[in-house]
Amino acid sequence: MSISEAALLPPVPVPDEVSRPFWDGCRRKELLMQRCASCQRYRFHPREMCPHCRSMAAEWRPVSGRGLIFSKVVCHPPVLPAFQDRVPYAVVLVELEEDPNLRLVGNVLDVPPDRVRIGSPVHVAFQEISEEITLPQWRLA
Amino acid sequence: MARELWRKAAIVGIAQSGFSKNIGRSERSLAVEVVRNALAEAGLAPEDVDGLVRFDLENTTEAEIARNLGIPNLRFFAEVGYGGGGGCATLSLAAMAVESGRAEVVVCWRARNRGSGGRPWAGTRMEVGGDQQWYIPWGLVRPVDQIAMLAARHMHEFGTTSEQFGAVAVAFRKHAQRNPHAMMRDPMTIEDHQNSRMISEPLRKFDCCLETDGALAVVVTTPERARNLKQRPVAILGAAQGMGPDHVVMANYHKERFLETPSLFAAREVYAQAGVEPRDIDCAQWYDAFTPLVILSLEEYGFCKPGEGGPFSENGRLEWPDGALPSNTSGGGLSEAYVHGFNLILEGVRQMRGTSTCQVEDAELCLVTSGGGVPTSAAILART
Repeated sequence: MSISEAALLPPVPVPDEVSRPFWDGCRRKELLMQRCASCQRYRFHPREMCPHCRSMAAEWRPVSGRGLIFSKVVCHPPVLPAFQDRVPYAVVLVELEEDPNLRLVGNVLDVPPDRVRIGSPVHVAFQEISEEITLPQWRLA
Repeated sequence: MARELWRKAAIVGIAQSGFSKNIGRSERSLAVEVVRNALAEAGLAPEDVDGLVRFDLENTTEAEIARNLGIPNLRFFAEVGYGGGGGCATLSLAAMAVESGRAEVVVCWRARNRGSGGRPWAGTRMEVGGDQQWYIPWGLVRPVDQIAMLAARHMHEFGTTSEQFGAVAVAFRKHAQRNPHAMMRDPMTIEDHQNSRMISEPLRKFDCCLETDGALAVVVTTPERARNLKQRPVAILGAAQGMGPDHVVMANYHKERFLETPSLFAAREVYAQAGVEPRDIDCAQWYDAFTPLVILSLEEYGFCKPGEGGPFSENGRLEWPDGALPSNTSGGGLSEAYVHGFNLILEGVRQMRGTSTCQVEDAELCLVTSGGGVPTSAAILART
């Protein structure tokens, strides 16, 4: 692959020790959220320690994949070459129904940016971008 | 008086390079020159310097500054993180150093060729780890996108308008027109702002700061030493940092109070240090990489209630000379120069010396803030 071809691929997430279960779940088309195994509170971004009870015991729980669009931007040029063919494109923040503090950045698939509105209900959809990585994305409910 | 208690450090010298899109010189060459010139302005020599504070993103090291200037020894050197959030924190470190006797003369500086040097986001790596794995892959890449996410929610919750963002840009441009060093001196109207193209909806081109090559430096010393130097000293009444709970740098989206930023915490700390309240402040230099950051700051630094930053910015309230809170009186990052907010510190010093090109009459206290949406800092400067 040439350098110019590489520039056309969107940046891919690199799972680490703490985030790997999330990305493994996405590959199986399951949306998982990290939860404290001790006090049962969700947290995102995933991390080593529960900020509430300081337990280091965590579990990954499947969540419904339903949520509301909490905020939204529409990106216009200049953008990275990898996103050039999408402009203008919307990026949303989705608040999951399980806990209002669980907010995920994503895109709403298959609709133009002006149909993406704050407050709209969405459900998760999975978009495979490589053998390793599947992104959680969203569709209007 | 509480103020006297904190009058333990002073700014005694300032210097800046020219500001332009392509200055044609290296950052290091700019850095050593402004450090030298700030010392000369203060009436000090490089031999007097025993401390240096820089941004951790600064490309010139303390060793390079010391070697160029022939500084015989540094007893104190330190770096502050988080990009534009670090501006006033350099003053905080310098003030702590001179107050505690760890150093007597400390220079803080920022040199950055951001105009000719390219956009950092354009160098986004093909593989993203850490916090970036949670937003970059969906195309939320540029700082403007990350801050627009906050702005869109503010508009949704409070009815804030793009015209109110525009009022911020227009006010600061008016001030830049009087500043011969400002990069943008053409008049701007709300209509011009509304006609500027979308970059990251809801933010337009004129909601975004400039891309500047330039450098600035300030010299901090003890009140005792300050008394016998060339310039009228400016007191650092307070210089504080803040982060708040559950913070994610730039993409601060996962906390219970979504629109609460580190500024709220820096604000509490800096007012407590200075022993003053928002109503005591005569003018402000807001960190203005993007206009909504000013609106959020007006709320978090206590000049209006949460959600009211939009209406507050209208009707000329931020404009010199008649506004209730003349702000960014040199033009700020939007119209003077964007050097990670360091030019805001120098304008605060000029206001307290009485030498601004938009001088606020009888100004005694100036608030200066640093980066919004990142771990941040703020300072309250006072006339002596």
